[in-house]
Amino acid sequence: MERPQTEKAKEMLQITGLTHSYADGHRAIDGLDLTVPDGQLLSIVGPSGCGKSTLLRCIAGLLRPTSGTLTLNGAPINGVPDDLAVVFQDYSRSLFPWLTVRDNVALPLRRRGMSRKERRAAAQEALASVGLPDAGRKYPWQLSGGMQQRVSIARALAYRPSLLLMDEPFGSVDAQTREDLEDLVLQVHRTQKITILLVTHDIDESVYVGDRVVVLNRSPARVHADLPVGLPSGRDQIETRGLPQFVQLRAEVGRLVRGGAKVPGAAPASGGRG
Amino acid sequence: MSDKTTPPRGLSRPGKWARGAAGVAVLFLASEALGRAGIVDRSFLPPASSVTARAVELFGDSDFLSNVRVTLTAWALGLAIAVAIAVPLGLLLGSVPAVNTAVRAIVEFLRPIPSVALIPLAGLILGSGLNMEVPLIVYACCWPILFNTMYGLHDVDPLAKETLRSFGFNRMQVLIRVSLRSAAPFIATGVRLSASVALILAVGTEILSGFGDGLGMFIAQAGTVPEGTRDVLAGTVWAGCIGLIIDTVLVQAENRAFRWHLAQRSGAS
Repeated sequence: MERPQTEKAKEMLQITGLTHSYADGHRAIDGLDLTVPDGQLLSIVGPSGCGKSTLLRCIAGLLRPTSGTLTLNGAPINGVPDDLAVVFQDYSRSLFPWLTVRDNVALPLRRRGMSRKERRAAAQEALASVGLPDAGRKYPWQLSGGMQQRVSIARALAYRPSLLLMDEPFGSVDAQTREDLEDLVLQVHRTQKITILLVTHDIDESVYVGDRVVVLNRSPARVHADLPVGLPSGRDQIETRGLPQFVQLRAEVGRLVRGGAKVPGAAPASGGRG
Repeated sequence: MSDKTTPPRGLSRPGKWARGAAGVAVLFLASEALGRAGIVDRSFLPPASSVTARAVELFGDSDFLSNVRVTLTAWALGLAIAVAIAVPLGLLLGSVPAVNTAVRAIVEFLRPIPSVALIPLAGLILGSGLNMEVPLIVYACCWPILFNTMYGLHDVDPLAKETLRSFGFNRMQVLIRVSLRSAAPFIATGVRLSASVALILAVGTEILSGFGDGLGMFIAQAGTVPEGTRDVLAGTVWAGCIGLIIDTVLVQAENRAFRWHLAQRSGAS
């Protein structure tokens, strides 16, 4: 994405000194700082169990941080923010089996004060935008895994959030479906101009999808490295992954995830390419 | 959960019906033979055909039908009130641990008391008729519904709740829109169990209370008349048929309403 990402770009999300300890004393996040400019697609990678999901739940207002501040669009996150949606990894548990696909997508729109008719129309539109225009009357459990995750994405999009959080969204689907869904996220980001924060443990995916990759430390989580992804915006599963830049960046991220030292000269948490 | 193509277990549907019908036929013939053979006095054990004929005959007896109506009214009223009490109570106990702990001791004390043991007490305090029948039915029916509601709530997927919460729905909305919906199949099973309990209590109360109306009353009074065994058994056949119909209707309704639950349980996802 060729977006101006200078220091003056509007900040969507600002996290300062975020620390979260669970009741059992386990510290999942320790003094994490992160700033996400408006419109960015940020990949967050880290080793399994490094506190990625905890971070995401703090941003979503589902967990109260032990200390530190989070602001979304300039307003402190205190409870679940209004203009934010989450796509979870486990679509089969996250979709409601007693509702049809369309009603699943339409349900959160009750919070938007829309009429039944408007909700249904918006749900239908969102389903069409993820390539499922005819699935509305089916039940989630009648669809394949990849289609179910598309429904989750449609549900989040219909809600029209300014920030979309995705928690390892493609961890439970096969490789081919995974690539299709990655391209769907890129397409959604391009057409709907929303800020997306994608948490993943897949290094390839973080580089392929992201405008920027943030690598977290092994638990407790802190920002270990922050890399701009200078790949051309029209990404292609075969071509992009074959680019020398991609291969190089993937190797670098891989090294960092395994605990390698920071690259000299890499930008700190402010990120971007400016 | 792992096998996606569930192999057909046991018999096909018509096969099941045929076996069931055969079982009924054998029992019917045995009882017919026993009744006609004169081993036991005919007035004590009338042949099955005679009982069945009487049961059919009662279908045209308006006195008897009004008795059935009284019993069914008590049944429906008691069950409805029990649902109205036990489901909200179950939601409260199942979702607020503090209340659950506070109420636990009372529940554990009351639960083992057989409802039938309360009939004389209820008779003393509440008199007879619906006034006494309905509270007893409500009491007995509350337990299965209450426990199934709490069990169902316990089984709700935390991620489903978290999903709705992430869209800014509050605790109460999550309780109604996710927990209650998700627990609904368990609650329905509780209601079905209670429907049988309610019928037992309705008929039982009428038999033991000694006066008033109802199917139980019909059975009790027939038992005091010489040659009354035929009416007693015919009334019992009615009670059995009503119970069977209620259960069948509720099972069908559950299968229809909770198709999603069956689909999930069988691992169709």
